[in-house]
Amino acid sequence: MQTAGSASNGQGNPLWLLAELTYRCPLQCLYCSNPIDYAKYQNELTTEEWMRVLQEGRAMGATQLGFSGGEPLVRKDLVELAREARRLGYYSNLITSGIGMDEPRIAALKKAGLDHIQLSFQANTPEVNDYIGGAKTFERKLAMARLIKHYDYPMVMNVVLHRQNIDQTEQILQMAEELEADYIELANTQYYGWAKVNRSQLLPTREQVERAEAIAHDYQERFKGRMKVYYVVPDYFEDRPKPCMAGWGSVFLNVAPDGSALPCHAAHQLPGLNFPNIRDASLHWIWHESPAFNAFRGEDWMKEPCRTCPERAKDFGGCRCQAYMLTGDAANADPVCSLSPQHDIVLKAIDEDQVVPAADQLPMFRSNKNSRQFVEAGVR
Amino acid sequence: MAEPEALKADDIISITRHFRMQWEEAQQAHVLLYPEGMVTLNGPAAEILTRCREAKSVTQVVEELQQAFPQDDIAADVREFLEDAYANGWICIERAG
Repeated sequence: MQTAGSASNGQGNPLWLLAELTYRCPLQCLYCSNPIDYAKYQNELTTEEWMRVLQEGRAMGATQLGFSGGEPLVRKDLVELAREARRLGYYSNLITSGIGMDEPRIAALKKAGLDHIQLSFQANTPEVNDYIGGAKTFERKLAMARLIKHYDYPMVMNVVLHRQNIDQTEQILQMAEELEADYIELANTQYYGWAKVNRSQLLPTREQVERAEAIAHDYQERFKGRMKVYYVVPDYFEDRPKPCMAGWGSVFLNVAPDGSALPCHAAHQLPGLNFPNIRDASLHWIWHESPAFNAFRGEDWMKEPCRTCPERAKDFGGCRCQAYMLTGDAANADPVCSLSPQHDIVLKAIDEDQVVPAADQLPMFRSNKNSRQFVEAGVR
Repeated sequence: MAEPEALKADDIISITRHFRMQWEEAQQAHVLLYPEGMVTLNGPAAEILTRCREAKSVTQVVEELQQAFPQDDIAADVREFLEDAYANGWICIERAG
């Protein structure tokens, strides 16, 4: 997850624990970053198992805890988990669509010690919001935003940007101001999971990206001291890759609903890696010893041009999942990099995905039915 | 828009609401935690921010530190750190009067 705020050196320990409590979700967002074959993960961790994950993660030095999903509010034990997180000394973040929240629940979360709520909107109008999310949620989200402020929570408003809403960047910023968000995160779509499947529906034009970026920078100045504006760059349009997860197995530990532990939430798809499960091993062993978490640690795995690149300590060669998805080899340079011999793949995508008329290809909403199709076809 | 104004001596400051400062055994350091982020504090930074847990004036913070570390002339360094902390949003102010 690319998130607001600064990273820090974990001195070899995880700092960020992302608890993907469930893949169940009332929304069907076109850009969802969950695995496309999520339907096969039925065997969710129990409350007791999650408690153990939280305890072990904290003992290793993790400070930031994200309750994510799917929609984490679907889990009936969320308040209990938030209470344990507070007891352990985590700073806990609920990353939610807001659907499933009501006043008794938010009061209980506050009492339990949940620190912060990140609320997603899909757009600034009900029409686009409800279309992209595949569910009628806009009015409820507005109500939830007010409830979050009423309960004196810091609120990060998160809006994922793509071709269908990026031209409303200014209106989205104004909505964030009206709702008194403390932070607004404008996150350009990253093309993983369902977003990759729907890329031709979502990839903006270079001109759209440039306009949005200028507006975001303008509002960063305007809102200074009142609201922080985070702008997550669209990496397809950059010359250098993002320092994904601050490096593989560096500070970020993701636990999926079924207990599999991953260095990032998209890593499931990488072939040849056997991701360990917290039901079979301790987090300590998983983090320090497991082959999967060591696969792309450090620099030994790198190929040219990364291996000798003076910038390799800055971006770690970019994203392993993106390298795999676009070039077929996770050890290649992320092709977003202009130094990658396969950079033309990205340039071609920018050209081609924009000339495909939207009507030519139907959107594939994130739904159980669609996911089961991928499971049956063995696609991941 | 103008930059946020510089800190004045009688500004009442405190650690920003919803931020939490705590000792981290694994890092052997104090950290400042906030929505989805963390800063690891070095020794002097932790000494200064510890004194900003409750609202007080810039002058008071400087005086308290000067008393705790009488051998060094630290006023300028403390002010500079507070300016940075304010610019980074770690502390906030209530204008006096």
